[in-house]
Amino acid sequence: MPAVSKGDGMRGLAVFISDIRNCKSKEAEIKRINKELANIRSKFKGDKALDGYSKKKYVCKLLFIFLLGHDIDFGHMEAVNLLSSNRYTEKQIGYLFISVLVNSNSELIRLINNAVKNDLASRNPTFMGLALHCIANVGSREMAEAFAGEIPKILVAGDTMDSVKQSAALCLLRLYRTSPDLAPMGDWTSRAVHLLNDQHLIVTSASTDLQDYTYYFVPAPWLSVKLLRLLQCYPPPEDPAVRGRLTECLETILNKAQEPPKSKKVQHSNAKNAVLFEAISLIIHHDSEPNLLVRACSQLGQFLQHRETNLRYLALESMCTLASSEFSHEAVKTHIETVISALKTERDVSVRQRAVDLLYAMCDRSNAQQIVAEMLSYLETADYSIREEIVLKAAILAEKYAVDYTWYVDTILNLIRVAGDYVSEEVWYRVIQIVINRDDVQGYAAKTVFEALQAPACHENLVKVGGYVLGEFGNLIAGDPRSSPLIQFNLLHSKFHLCSVPTRALLLSTYIKFVNLFPEVKGTIQDVLRSDSQLRNADVELQQRAVEYLRLSTVASTDILATVLEEMPPFPERESSILAKLKRKKGPSTVTELEEAKRDRGADANGGPEPAPASTSAASTPSPSADLLGLGAAPPVPAGPPPSSGGLLVDVFSDSPSAVAPLAPGSEDNFARFVCKNNGVLFENQLLQIGLKSEFRQSLGRMFIFYGNKTSTQFLNFTPTLICSDDLQANLSLQTKPVDPTVDGGAQVQQAVNIECVADFAEAPVLNIQFRYGGTFQNVSVKLPITLNKFFQPTEMASQDFFQRWKQLSNPRQEAQSVFRAKHPMDTEVTKAKIIGFGSALLEEVDPNPANFVGAGIIHTRTSQIGCLLRLEPNLQAQMYRLTLRTSRETVSQRLCELLSEQF
Amino acid sequence: MNSSFTEIYRQGKLRLQKWYVPLSDKEKKKITRELVQTVLARKPKMCSFLEWRDLKIVYKRYASLYFCCAIEDQDNELITLEIIHRYVELLDKYFGSVCELDIIFNFEKAYFILDEFLLGGEVQETSKKNVLKAIEQADLLQEPQEIES
Repeated sequence: MPAVSKGDGMRGLAVFISDIRNCKSKEAEIKRINKELANIRSKFKGDKALDGYSKKKYVCKLLFIFLLGHDIDFGHMEAVNLLSSNRYTEKQIGYLFISVLVNSNSELIRLINNAVKNDLASRNPTFMGLALHCIANVGSREMAEAFAGEIPKILVAGDTMDSVKQSAALCLLRLYRTSPDLAPMGDWTSRAVHLLNDQHLIVTSASTDLQDYTYYFVPAPWLSVKLLRLLQCYPPPEDPAVRGRLTECLETILNKAQEPPKSKKVQHSNAKNAVLFEAISLIIHHDSEPNLLVRACSQLGQFLQHRETNLRYLALESMCTLASSEFSHEAVKTHIETVISALKTERDVSVRQRAVDLLYAMCDRSNAQQIVAEMLSYLETADYSIREEIVLKAAILAEKYAVDYTWYVDTILNLIRVAGDYVSEEVWYRVIQIVINRDDVQGYAAKTVFEALQAPACHENLVKVGGYVLGEFGNLIAGDPRSSPLIQFNLLHSKFHLCSVPTRALLLSTYIKFVNLFPEVKGTIQDVLRSDSQLRNADVELQQRAVEYLRLSTVASTDILATVLEEMPPFPERESSILAKLKRKKGPSTVTELEEAKRDRGADANGGPEPAPASTSAASTPSPSADLLGLGAAPPVPAGPPPSSGGLLVDVFSDSPSAVAPLAPGSEDNFARFVCKNNGVLFENQLLQIGLKSEFRQSLGRMFIFYGNKTSTQFLNFTPTLICSDDLQANLSLQTKPVDPTVDGGAQVQQAVNIECVADFAEAPVLNIQFRYGGTFQNVSVKLPITLNKFFQPTEMASQDFFQRWKQLSNPRQEAQSVFRAKHPMDTEVTKAKIIGFGSALLEEVDPNPANFVGAGIIHTRTSQIGCLLRLEPNLQAQMYRLTLRTSRETVSQRLCELLSEQF
Repeated sequence: MNSSFTEIYRQGKLRLQKWYVPLSDKEKKKITRELVQTVLARKPKMCSFLEWRDLKIVYKRYASLYFCCAIEDQDNELITLEIIHRYVELLDKYFGSVCELDIIFNFEKAYFILDEFLLGGEVQETSKKNVLKAIEQADLLQEPQEIES
């Protein structure tokens, strides 16, 4: 047994450790440990009281056994007993055991706290030190509750020794971090700052010889790093003198870093560069001194080829942030070749990852083609762990900096070719959105996917893109006999059987689109749809599509087919979902800041916002299972009522709960329908139905919203939110209670909204509903039909009064008028009902022309009452109406006119 | 410098661990296992830093022992590397040319030295002289007591 024990030897412990080390097998070791555990247990349980030394020894053995990876379920009480020993070594072991083994929420914590309290009050500096260490090591909330008030007193007490103060300060910092509400920093900060200059301070003892703090010829590197870090908590100093001094200091650090090393030891270089990197962080944080930023960049540039891997790694990382500063972006770009070569030659994947990050950060319009090409070529050999991220980055850059969208399409298809498995849905959705939104690239896209599909083995993602693009734009290349409709169809169909169900569903939609685009292949496609493998497919979605599409192609006339299967309308513009995905992958802070910085720079340096409309845009949602045609569950017979849900209602893109989905298609129509009525179904899709019931009285109203789960599966995290713009919020007060976040399958929950009209308003609140259904996140937004006319009180009046008031309101600003074409049959009774539904009184025999309708009422708001007169003049011959509103307030006349003119 | 935890191990055997965030034993074990695998899989000459969950791992190998710290995103990697080195120096000075056996047989001492040097994950005292002085004083405190018993 080696006699390496020093200080207090615990012979029994050393013997035990030796035994364990001599065990030849795992089994022998476990046997020896179990024997020891049994021994210790019997000693602890035994009748004979153990002396402090034995207790200490056994507790130490338990600790050792724990470190070997075994669970320890006893001995805690003995360890706690050691805390109250007056012997330093026993106390010390007790504290050690607790700091390593006692969980912060252990029941023992009260006993421990008691012992700690005694030691803190003992005025024995070593005991106080142990107690402070224990508080900091456990750092639990209970500890903070018990001692957050005590420690600051120790910190500022005049008779506390410096070493104890040091511990007290760090201990307080620790408690402040875990429980900021409990550690009363506010009260003590000024005293602590006065005492120590700051709470992070490491060197408290001014009398200490500073020589001790020089580390491998670098003066106080820890302190320097701390201070530079502290400065990063503040904005750049405003006082020019202070600012000048700080710049001077930073220049000195940059200069020192350039001096020849005073030692060849890596510790010297590390300590020196630790300070340098922290200084550069501060320079980047200030982002206000172009000279310093450019210098920092050039010094980091030297590290890019340093033989120390650590420095190369850190330089790449640090340059990423420099790239986002407008002052140093260009300087960073000069290193592009070095970074690319790092991507190719570095042997450490984490360094390569940093190189990819830096290329992404330094990318702009001038170098995008080169950088994306390098990413693509790296992708062929890249580590699996980072492929998806590279795909996302390349896709974002290709989109953002595309001048020529054919390049963008090529890039995405290449991404799919090289790393198809790592191309997430967002990426291929996005290429489709862009192709649909940009007609200059549609023909090229069709041609390119057609060619790519000819490869004998192509990735399923390519089939999806190909299916979608050809379904929309296959006609653009059909003139070429090499890509005739039949060839296109056969090419796609040759992939069909190798694809998964969602892709097959998508292809079926492509086929029905072909029926419309190319009547000559209708027969072929109908044969395919009619085959047993389609019509009787075990998958219900495929079967349904086959049946419905076959029927549609048979019964519908050419006109109807053309309408139903019309080209997809452009997607609304939105933030790129790929970017959102990257943010999710990388954590919110990094990418967002970088992106925002880049966007700012784009605007500043390039003299304007990004020219390409699609560059910051993104759109909604072709999901693989979603319906390509937007048919949804609506019957394919156009004579029926128009489908209220014109398209895909569920937003599959915004997976982040904070993002609010754009208004569901059809929402406007539904909204308009509620202007003249108060009850009904506001929204419906395959999953969810939203019904409304509301009543209004003067300026107050109450609305019940009913959410129905149409599925048999629970909705989780079900969160409806009412969203009002700032303007609207000032004029319309809405109060509601949260609903139960779980909605069982088939169940309905209701939510009441109390409404008050404070002043007249023009917008409508948006109801956003987010929930989880199965594995997917659902996000739906609809306009909530709370409109100004709901606060109408009808007023009856005679003809004479009406026209007298009408004349009084003759100021042109009090009148709003609209002439519009009838959208519905011009039925007198229906019109009357609508005017009454609108809320005003319908005044009979007032207008000299009996064909005209006039109405009157008062809009009630919390603060005022606004008299309103309206007159609707139909012209049956021209199928037109003229609507005139006169009120005392311009905004009210306009809004009511807008609302009512949508009704006829 | 707010390290979340520090560990020393060889060949997957843990010699010492110190946590500065409250976690359950199960979580600690899981993290340790995951980390040992990751770090041991790395080749010499690779860089000493890696991103791991939302933390950064800084590790260094001394003979057969790996010393490993987890730090937060804003923390300085190089200075952490030197924290590890300073700790090794302290062990070396105290034991006189430290070897793995010293740490195994005197693991409690290794803990005490670490506690003198770091507190709650923050560097408490960077002067080698001061740390060792504190440890020696503590040793003096205990020796006469041992003789008594």
